[in-house]
Amino acid sequence: MEIREVELSTTPDASAIADLKLGDIVYLNGLLYTAREGVYTRALEKKANLPLDLPTESAANFHCSPAATIREDGSFDMGAVTATASFRFAKWLPEWMEKTGARLIIGKGGMSSAAYKEYFVPNGAVYLSTVGYGTGALLGRGIEKVEAVHWHEELGIAQAMWIIRCKRMGPFIVASDLQGNCLFERENAKIAKNLDKVYEGTRPAVLKRFGETDDREDELIG
Amino acid sequence: MIPIDIIQSTAESLMDKAAIEIPEDYHNGLKSAAKVETGSLSGYVIKAMLDNYDAAKEDRCAMCGDTGTPRWYVKMGNETTIEGGPIALEAALRRATANSTHRVPLRPNRVHPLWRTDHNNNVGIGAPEIEYGYEPGGEWIDLITVHKGGLFGTDYRMLFPSDGIEGIKRFYLDTLVAFGKRGLACQPAIIGIGLGGCKDTCMVLGKRAACLRVVGSKNPDPEIAELEAEFKELGNSIGMGAMGFVGKSMVIDCHIEVGYCHTGGMQMSMHAFCLSSRRAVARIYADGRVEYRTDPDWFTDYQRRETVDWPATVETALSEAPGH
Repeated sequence: MEIREVELSTTPDASAIADLKLGDIVYLNGLLYTAREGVYTRALEKKANLPLDLPTESAANFHCSPAATIREDGSFDMGAVTATASFRFAKWLPEWMEKTGARLIIGKGGMSSAAYKEYFVPNGAVYLSTVGYGTGALLGRGIEKVEAVHWHEELGIAQAMWIIRCKRMGPFIVASDLQGNCLFERENAKIAKNLDKVYEGTRPAVLKRFGETDDREDELIG
Repeated sequence: MIPIDIIQSTAESLMDKAAIEIPEDYHNGLKSAAKVETGSLSGYVIKAMLDNYDAAKEDRCAMCGDTGTPRWYVKMGNETTIEGGPIALEAALRRATANSTHRVPLRPNRVHPLWRTDHNNNVGIGAPEIEYGYEPGGEWIDLITVHKGGLFGTDYRMLFPSDGIEGIKRFYLDTLVAFGKRGLACQPAIIGIGLGGCKDTCMVLGKRAACLRVVGSKNPDPEIAELEAEFKELGNSIGMGAMGFVGKSMVIDCHIEVGYCHTGGMQMSMHAFCLSSRRAVARIYADGRVEYRTDPDWFTDYQRRETVDWPATVETALSEAPGH
């Protein structure tokens, strides 16, 4: 299968998003910001004002804590950037997307197809996954400039809101589309067909644990 | 006596090496996986990771943005003394961790579990962990730093003798499949399995099996070595590869370590050392010489001993006894 590579703006128009297909490789140009549980809690639960104009400046939310430091003169040193697993942020994402108009959610591992259908598709948004995981050095090469960091005093460097200007940052992989299809669920369904055979000759534990599933097609994420 | 300033400067360069340079054994293991991977997406992912290792070395940049939770394994020969003693040693390792976090930079991952306080330097209560081992003879200290990722791919289960190998295989597959979906475990990985011990030591054994043995190493017990090979094959036959895409590369190598356990139990732990298997090692001698390597060489015959006394110690004691 030929893998298609595309360049995409971090403030993409509807047709550019509609053109994306599951499994496409994407390189990003423009401004993106990091936001994860710290930023979501502060903005949505504590009602802090957002430090930039969204989505005009950026419609790309990266679930990322960079390997970065703030120098004594206030400048930044940012090396590797990679994503953290996104499913843990499902609690905040619908409200976040409504508030900020984010159209690209970038992270690790994707969301469920139910989440895509429920609040990605109505917002015209898709999910991009980092590749690997851990192509931190390659993604680092796509940083043109670290424009700013917000809320680092309240949240620490790892949870702060970093504003990054990127130039052909990638690779990312398209993991959802505007029909709400999920790349990871498509792959899981193919793999599940083989699992009974792989499990032959094994036995469930004699002592069970509460809350377990033996449904090997279960996506396991919330 | 080992000079303390050399301990700190060596520890700082180890922090850099671990974060930036993929160890050769894992690198070769992934290159072998790339040759047999037929899944188009999972094959693409492995190729991107191989490119990423080169980019990290060229740019002297951490290979992954999540630089894990840095920790230290320290081993000493029986005759080793350290300038300033063990307190100075621990202070040097904490300083090296903090300085390198700022300098490389690493991600300051370590926070308070409840208050989420971040010192922005990977140092805090109980962080970095510092664990110790000793070897008979010699005046040297091995500093080993491991920056393992911290969220997915690890699990523990109390199994019982009646669960047998079939039960061990079930828990092995359950853990690989559950954390392999969507690539949460950042596979293909070095899988470490701890069997036996008590609950805490079982976790420690499995983690050390994943992080402190190199790809290609075998357990000295030939039957356990056979299990390691069988489990590697089993993991790679799931039909899953990198990022949870269809493929055949889940396990770069499988390492099993055992410890004596309660007669009624068969504790099992699983640990996945990921696509950024970060470890770096150096030995420092009393004359200030420093030798860098990537093999921690942790599991020596002495570490795996099962007798009351260690024969070498007995021999030394006898040879030093008057009139012998």
